[in-house]
Amino acid sequence: MDFQVVVLAGGTSKNLVPLVSKEVPKALLPVANRPVLSYVLELLELSNLKDLIVVVEGEDAALRVGGWISGAYVDRLHVEVAAVPEDVGTAGALRAISHHLTAKDILVVSGDIVSDVPPGAVAAAHRRHDAVVTAMLCSAPVSGPLESGSSSGKDKSKKPGRYNIIGLDPTKQFLLYIATGGELEKDIRIQKSILRAVGQMEIQSDLMDAHLYAFKRSVLQEVLDQKETFHSVKQDVLPYLVRSQLKSEVLLNGTLQPEENGNEKVSSQNNQLMLSRILSNASTPSFHQLYASGSNGFASVRRTHKCCVYIANSSNYCARLNSIQAFSDINRDVIGEARNLSGYSFSTQNNIIHPSAELGSKTTVGPHCMLGEGSQMGDKCSVKRSVIGRHCRIGSNVKVVNSVVMNHVTIGDGCSIQGSVICSNVQLQERVVLKDCQVGAGFVVTAGSECKGEALARKEK
Amino acid sequence: MVAHKKGASRGSEEPEELARVPLQAILLADSFTTKFRPITLERPKVLLPLVNVPMINYTLAWLESAGVEEVFVFCCSHSKQVIDYLENSEWFSQPNFSVTMIESHNSVSAGDALRLIYERNVIHGDFVLISGDTVSNMSLTQALLEHKERRKKDSNAVMTMVIKRSKPSQIALQSRLGTDELFMAIDPNTKQLLYYEDKADHSKGSIYLDKLLLVENTSISLHNDKQDCYIDICCPEVLSLFTDNFDYQHLRRHFVKGLLVDDIMGYKIFTHEIHSSYAARIDNFRSYDTVSKDIIQRWTYPLVPDVKFFGNSSVKLERQGMYRASEIGLSRSAQIGPFTVIGNGTKIGNHTTITNSVIGEGCNIGSNVSIEGSYIWDNVTIGDGCKLRHAIVCAGVIMKSGAVLEPGVILSFKVLVGQQFVVPSYSMVSLLQQPTKQDSDEELEYADNSSGIVEIPSFAGTSDKSNGEMTSEQSESQCWPASQLGSGGAGYIWSICEGAYDEEWRHSVAPIPADKLAEAMDAADDDQELTQDGSILPPSGELKPDSNDSEDDDNEDSRDEMIYFEKEVEATFLRAVHENIKVDHVILEVNSLRLSYNKVAADCAGAIFYAMMKLALETPHTSAGELLQNATNVITKWKKLLKYYLADIDEEMEVILRFEEMCLESAKEFSPLFTKILIQLYDQEVIQEDAILRWDDEKKDADESDKIYVKQAEKFIQWLKEASEEEDEEEEGADS
Repeated sequence: MDFQVVVLAGGTSKNLVPLVSKEVPKALLPVANRPVLSYVLELLELSNLKDLIVVVEGEDAALRVGGWISGAYVDRLHVEVAAVPEDVGTAGALRAISHHLTAKDILVVSGDIVSDVPPGAVAAAHRRHDAVVTAMLCSAPVSGPLESGSSSGKDKSKKPGRYNIIGLDPTKQFLLYIATGGELEKDIRIQKSILRAVGQMEIQSDLMDAHLYAFKRSVLQEVLDQKETFHSVKQDVLPYLVRSQLKSEVLLNGTLQPEENGNEKVSSQNNQLMLSRILSNASTPSFHQLYASGSNGFASVRRTHKCCVYIANSSNYCARLNSIQAFSDINRDVIGEARNLSGYSFSTQNNIIHPSAELGSKTTVGPHCMLGEGSQMGDKCSVKRSVIGRHCRIGSNVKVVNSVVMNHVTIGDGCSIQGSVICSNVQLQERVVLKDCQVGAGFVVTAGSECKGEALARKEK
Repeated sequence: MVAHKKGASRGSEEPEELARVPLQAILLADSFTTKFRPITLERPKVLLPLVNVPMINYTLAWLESAGVEEVFVFCCSHSKQVIDYLENSEWFSQPNFSVTMIESHNSVSAGDALRLIYERNVIHGDFVLISGDTVSNMSLTQALLEHKERRKKDSNAVMTMVIKRSKPSQIALQSRLGTDELFMAIDPNTKQLLYYEDKADHSKGSIYLDKLLLVENTSISLHNDKQDCYIDICCPEVLSLFTDNFDYQHLRRHFVKGLLVDDIMGYKIFTHEIHSSYAARIDNFRSYDTVSKDIIQRWTYPLVPDVKFFGNSSVKLERQGMYRASEIGLSRSAQIGPFTVIGNGTKIGNHTTITNSVIGEGCNIGSNVSIEGSYIWDNVTIGDGCKLRHAIVCAGVIMKSGAVLEPGVILSFKVLVGQQFVVPSYSMVSLLQQPTKQDSDEELEYADNSSGIVEIPSFAGTSDKSNGEMTSEQSESQCWPASQLGSGGAGYIWSICEGAYDEEWRHSVAPIPADKLAEAMDAADDDQELTQDGSILPPSGELKPDSNDSEDDDNEDSRDEMIYFEKEVEATFLRAVHENIKVDHVILEVNSLRLSYNKVAADCAGAIFYAMMKLALETPHTSAGELLQNATNVITKWKKLLKYYLADIDEEMEVILRFEEMCLESAKEFSPLFTKILIQLYDQEVIQEDAILRWDDEKKDADESDKIYVKQAEKFIQWLKEASEEEDEEEEGADS
């Protein structure tokens, strides 16, 4: 397939402090003891999309990500790792690597997606409609922020329904409206012209933009070139394309298809229309075509372009690791409800305990748990719905519930960890009680301390 | 009327009543609009013939067939005519169908009507609210059932609106019925109506939906492809709601929107969509045309000319949709085209062609007449060689031979069109004089106020042009006495009332002319441009503050604003001078101006300096020296005020530039004094040398013409430079 994939792996996201650090950029955060980026890469590999550019913010992070990729995927994928400055935004990142893009269509994927929706299906939908952009939407994840808003105090301030507001045509193939982020604070503003053209628009708030887009390369490059203020793909480029779909400003100049001019161009466009109509199996032309030709010979033909969506089946899993909450949720889901993603085989107790892990007597590891390679647990411990990384040393009488413990963590006797994230090389001394905490890498929690809802980390710099 | 009340009360005495409330309907036999003027000045709209049958008969026939048992006919304008007509009709002698008249003389809106009906206390259960100009063949059963089910679950579900799919034209932005495009948001699962916008403001390119809607529902359908049939199934509460909210006048604009906006009471409106059956309301001449054609083409079956319901005489359907009454005098050479209805007793002369038209009873049509797409009511006489295209000709009209009606003409009752006279398109002709605006304003206010006016902004191009047409037409019509409708004609051509020139083609019986369509399309395109860039901000939110639109758009505004601001500052300053107000107080006042105009300190400094210099200029003086003295005095006196706004070099620069500008333009007398006053400003420590040097610096690259004052001040600047260099050297020396 003539698709080039750009994986936007981010850098060290501020949302994820203290989980991320200079040593561990976002892309390498472990989800069920694998870097989160591996989920995307393997998903792409499944769809036979092997020509990848991984864009990382920051040189250091890029080196680390590149190092890991070359180790893990050396003979499987053709990956280039590109570093871009921090804070250029997703659009800036694409702009920076724009000259590397050569294929007809570009698949832009966020590196933090954990999903089993085949990107190939998105690419196919994109081609079928000859769309300018196709966005993948999926229903809000089962244990999404909506639900968790009540469980953790931090998210409470955020209103429910912070998902995207998305307007679709009745056939749910075309994207007519999208609002995100700050826009949600305001009223929903729908362009009448689009509504007039399509007649009926379904506005939904239960769909999530999965940050997986297929773009027509020429259009993407043109937009990035012309709109220099565009910072984010999702908040600027996509809404811009959606907004202007009936009055297309892209594809206007002949430079895109220099070989075509005059009548030739028109006829070839008609052919393309026909072709796309046949491909989309549509007996009736889409509203774009109707609108474009609707003028009955008046004035000039209007330029339109199509913005499509691919809506993932609701049984598919899709989540983005973009907050600490999401990190915990995804870890839990990958070894729980969405276990097919983890790539591990589960034991009869519905958990994964590495053969080299050692468990003390009367220690129980419940279902939906994972215990990494070479980890040791003392006596009378209990682990429920948690992920424990490699080479951890856990004392006796330790309780780990709903938590993620990364690699090389030492946990003293009598600790209780609930709803927390413990990063690598952390030392918890005896009788530490943590509830809804995040402990940054290398931190030492002194004996007997009790914390609730705190972020503990070494002071860097 | 008393008799009928009895009928109604007898119904309630029946034991059955407890278990079953007879289905009631309120039929508003007054549309409270003026769209059918001038015809409705003489006859109520509900009695106008629609394919040779008075409209109200269609509505009543449908109500009867839909199972309604009691109908309350509310009549206001021409109520006597309506009552007389109904009393002599067969509607009063129907079994299981009682018609009761409610008469009012002072209602100006549907709201008033419903309040009056509420006072009468005749409605006991769910009722159908309909106006007397609705044609439908839908079955109410399903809608009623849904309505009742919902009522059981949720007592706040007060109304069910019937809607039908009909996509408005994207170009003219109106439905085929000539009504404005309608935007509705409907919950796809419950069919609850969440948003309703008719009479859309075209200048707004977008719809704003409350985001709270999406908190409650995960999905909403936004429709532009539905048409409101104006058939409502209402709970009795609707009437009391109208009474509670005495300001509700219009059913849709006030009542429906009021309920949608009001979230305290939580009343809900639901929709019921009909798919295969017909429902439409005749709201304007265009819908009159459309519905007539639908009837002829049998979409409204069984309410079609050849099926006898009420008030129509028997006609026979022939090939090509031609309906012909039995006794007509038709010349052999006459060609009667498709989709034409010809009423009883009509005579048609030789070589006359009629297509797509309705001809009433007892008409006399001469030879060589061509009639196309026109509606000719009863007893019309059309002379030889007349031409009619897309016109409505009311009963009793006489067109003398050779007269021509251009598309969109309305001839009201008994108008006489003189020989060979050409009635220009969209003319409205009546024997009655056009009422002056004053006596109809109340009705207009509730009925139609917005329809024309809102459309003006978006059709700026259109309106400009038609404005010109209109004024010329107006002046023409004003000097046309009644007898000037051609020789031997009688009637006034009405001038088009203000704001209605758009309606004339939108709501006319004639198809929309191509040039109007093209104009509308351009306007639509412009709209869109407006939406995408320019004034409306991109949704990303981030781009807002620094995107360039603020500069482009605000330029004009800010210039005006700047002028106002400066005037205000000047007035404040002069007042301070004359009334000897303390500097601190002046600063306060200027600050408040600054805030209200959203200006920066530099603007204030510029404005104050301008005012000061103007004062110096206006103080009497005979020579340049005196003027300089004046200026020095003013500066000395008010430098504290000015200094307050000179926090930085930028502000000082602004003062210098301002002064330069004054010297060049408004106060040339200062021109020779520029350097002297500048030195004065420097000496008084109003302006520092840095500012002057920078000013000099910035002017280096300017045109020669801009450099006059730099040159004038050259020596001074030179001196300043040397002084500062010396200072620097001194400092350096001191440092080392």
